[in-house]
Amino acid sequence: MYKVEVIVKYKKGILNPEAKTINNALRSLGYNSIKNVQSGKYFELTFPADLKKSEVENTTDEVCHKLLSNPVIEDYTYKIEKEQE
Amino acid sequence: MKKVGVLVFPGSNCDYDAYYGVKKVLKQDAEFIWHKDIKLRYYDAIVIPGGFSYGDYLRAGAIARFSPIMEKVKEYAEEGNPVIGICNGFQILLETDLLPGALIPNDHLKFRCDDVNLKVINNDTLFTARFEKDQVVQLPIAHQRGNYYAEDKVIEQLEQESRVVFKYCDADGNITEKANPNGSVNNIAGILNDEGNVLGMMPHPERAMEKILASTDGLEVFKSLLEM
Repeated sequence: MYKVEVIVKYKKGILNPEAKTINNALRSLGYNSIKNVQSGKYFELTFPADLKKSEVENTTDEVCHKLLSNPVIEDYTYKIEKEQE
Repeated sequence: MKKVGVLVFPGSNCDYDAYYGVKKVLKQDAEFIWHKDIKLRYYDAIVIPGGFSYGDYLRAGAIARFSPIMEKVKEYAEEGNPVIGICNGFQILLETDLLPGALIPNDHLKFRCDDVNLKVINNDTLFTARFEKDQVVQLPIAHQRGNYYAEDKVIEQLEQESRVVFKYCDADGNITEKANPNGSVNNIAGILNDEGNVLGMMPHPERAMEKILASTDGLEVFKSLLEM
């Protein structure tokens, strides 16, 4: 089985009001050593083991572009791991 | 008699307002179109209404975009027929790539439900012909993701080509930061596609069509659209 972990984040320079609010909350809790917090979305996709890695990559790229992220405002990264059944 | 089609997604909640406005206020024909329909009948215009299609999951409008009917609406729009997307409908049009840019959460993170002033930047459109240029009109807003964003060069192009139709302003028509309810770039509240037949806007004209609702400015949008 392949496990793919996808992270979608706002592009640099796009205001992320949620992260801003979390930053403010940390500040008011006194965690001054934390310079910055970013927030984003996390997805986990599973694929059957008999696929080639390149097929997994292609499909992941396709769904990230088509559905999981909006390329106008977001970037995505992913990590593929092959797990023992 | 003109006929308007109003799309209905799971989670749409302004569909009946649009239907009522066309049917009862303007005395024209209106029909609901279920999102799973795969055929589109003849309509003079299509309304993509506000609400929370698919619970706004993932991003507002992101799932609705893949509803079967959207393929047909895309064709309908590409043939030059008028489509107006209001609030969530605007978000759906952006996700469908019928309009450029994106709507991100309001800069203050709050859901804003208010009456706002809008300046009619372009009155030479299918949707605003009954307004004067630079007229200040009042329409309600109700959204949390109405912060219009696009790359600088897209914004420049929209402005240059007079495709920005409405901007948030104060009561005197000044486009100020204070009058911007959500952080939208250049106070943008509504934009057109390059052919001029697709309008997306965050404010709700369908909720301002009778005197009892404080403003009838929304009526003029629909009257323009239906050439009444």
